[in-house]
Amino acid sequence: MKTTVGVSLSIALLLCASFAVRQQTGVAAAADNITLQGTGATFPAPLYQKWFSEYNKLHPEVQVNYQALGSGAGVKQFQQGLVNFGASDAAMTDDEIKAVKDGVVLLPMTAGSIVLSYNVPDAPSPLKLSREAYIGIFLGKIKTWDDPAIVKANGGAKMPSTPITVVTRSDGSGTTFVFTTHLSAISPDWKAGPGAGKSVNFPVGVAGKGNPGVTALIKQTPGAIGYVEYGYALQTKMPMAELENHDGKYVPASLASGQNALATVALPENLRVWIPDPQGAEAYPIVTYTWLLCYKKYQDPKIAETIKALVTYGLGEGQKDSESLGYIPLPSNVIDKVKKAADQIS
Amino acid sequence: MSIAEAKVADNLRTAKVDAAAPSGAAAEISQPPSTLDIFLDRGFRRSTLIIAWFIVALMFWLVISIARQALPAVRSYGISFLTTTTWDPNKAQFGILPAISGTMYSSVLGLIIGTMFGLAIAIFLSEGFLATGIEWLLKLLRLEDKRPWSSIPDRLEDFLKITVELLAAVPSVVYGLWGIFVVIPLVRPAADWLHGHLGWIPFFGTTLSGPGLMPASIVLAIMVLPTISAISRDALVAVPPKMREAAFGMGATRWEAILAVFIPTAATGIFGAVILGFGRALGETMALAMLAGNANVISWSLFSPANTLAALLANHFPEADKIEVGALMYAALVLLAITLVVNVVGTLILDRADASLKGLR
Repeated sequence: MKTTVGVSLSIALLLCASFAVRQQTGVAAAADNITLQGTGATFPAPLYQKWFSEYNKLHPEVQVNYQALGSGAGVKQFQQGLVNFGASDAAMTDDEIKAVKDGVVLLPMTAGSIVLSYNVPDAPSPLKLSREAYIGIFLGKIKTWDDPAIVKANGGAKMPSTPITVVTRSDGSGTTFVFTTHLSAISPDWKAGPGAGKSVNFPVGVAGKGNPGVTALIKQTPGAIGYVEYGYALQTKMPMAELENHDGKYVPASLASGQNALATVALPENLRVWIPDPQGAEAYPIVTYTWLLCYKKYQDPKIAETIKALVTYGLGEGQKDSESLGYIPLPSNVIDKVKKAADQIS
Repeated sequence: MSIAEAKVADNLRTAKVDAAAPSGAAAEISQPPSTLDIFLDRGFRRSTLIIAWFIVALMFWLVISIARQALPAVRSYGISFLTTTTWDPNKAQFGILPAISGTMYSSVLGLIIGTMFGLAIAIFLSEGFLATGIEWLLKLLRLEDKRPWSSIPDRLEDFLKITVELLAAVPSVVYGLWGIFVVIPLVRPAADWLHGHLGWIPFFGTTLSGPGLMPASIVLAIMVLPTISAISRDALVAVPPKMREAAFGMGATRWEAILAVFIPTAATGIFGAVILGFGRALGETMALAMLAGNANVISWSLFSPANTLAALLANHFPEADKIEVGALMYAALVLLAITLVVNVVGTLILDRADASLKGLR
């Protein structure tokens, strides 16, 4: 009996082994295909994935795997050389760049807005929020929807007395980074309190995982307000508040207001810039670029060429996809700058 | 496989021949094992031994590697890590008291609900309630002896048992989504009423703002249900027939027998089931990350949002930098310690349950 078991076990092992060998030869046969690995921000993930699949249709030999694990993970894996490229909403700090010996090229590929989405039955549509109001809400100082600050911003409209539930991101994210950077820029109280970062200690509220988590919680909770990406709110048809901008005007999130905000700041040499509080009457207050992280030098020239081709595709054909997915297409002067920067890749 | 089968078949054939002519090939059956047999036999025994020890080593390696990464955080935060309430990577302040309390609170709550239902299901399935009802119905329809109908009670019991056990196969994310879109709206009216009318009781002290302990615990209860009901049922089925007969022989009604004899006899086993369910509840991540609210709040209120250790890890790990990774590893170590203690206690209790029934079998 024991012999039977032993023999059958060894045969099973042999079968496994032969199967593994066959699979390996399968990989070897397709050796001239190029597979790129990328990891990073969840914010631009839908757009990147669209680009990569479209590019794959045009060039079937190029396969790009993009894993949306978050900006932090993107930077980390990029530094460790585990991926061919990274992606981050918070770019990379100088210290982080120094740690990469092959050199880093930061390429802003697209931009997006962050909106305050809400679920307030009987609220005026669209809801207007002054700076005082939304800072107060996120600091936990404004607790109900009929607070004078909110009523005043909406021209004295009648607001329900529903308690406010603030919904934030539970996971560290570039979205949180951009949102809290904006809050820190406009409120000394916020700067001294929770501060800016990918994951901060929010004074109030509940937290959901990722944009889907936040959106689900807002939808399920009367009186909720939370921050999500514009594209995500657009696709899930969430109401978005008009926010008071630097010039004291109430601006809805849109393609035009986002582009106006981007136009207020010129890109520096390293292409790394944040726009915590854009000026201009028509500028939406919370916008950001999002960056692709590439090495300056790749061991395999083929990979360098492919990445360059991908960047060119994204900056050209790819910008057309931005709008339908809720991203802000880059202005043409920015595209030229990014193209020039991409030439450093070799 | 084929070699082995051929050999066995061959042996059988020779055996048959032997039976026919006993004097013939008797030596063939009792031949010593060949070198190949011995080699395979030993090889198999050794490889299982190695694999078994490999698992033990893996466990230790896991603990050691987590502990090593947690060391910097353990050094710099020490015991205050367990007693402070702020988790702020920006200011490098880390404390997991709310996560510990939230983990324990949600698990205990989920366990109380889960045990009630799990034990009820176990009794229902082990004491033949279903069969009795159906047999009565069949008798009424005069179908009790007809072929396909007479097997219905057993089949239905099996079906129910499998259905409950299938709950364990539902992915955690699905439970989480179901919790957000079904459980939260479902409990909201009750929660609002309780808070409005009985708000002075600390358990109902806050409003339900969506995610919170209550919906999390309800979903957790459903998730631990299969563990509790399956093991409790086994414990109840294992109550020796002598005990059953004795109980009924003394004139006990069915309920008296169940409550006063069967459940106490199976109590250790049921308790073990509860402890194992507790272990599962402590480690549950995804559903709780979606339903507990991830807020660092310590509150008696059932409707308050909370945080749990597993959810904290899942939420913060992907974006954590160096100091935070240490702190997260420290939190993982704490969770590991809690789960380990609970599981060891559960296993010990189950062992005792087996031992105490030995004389009765």
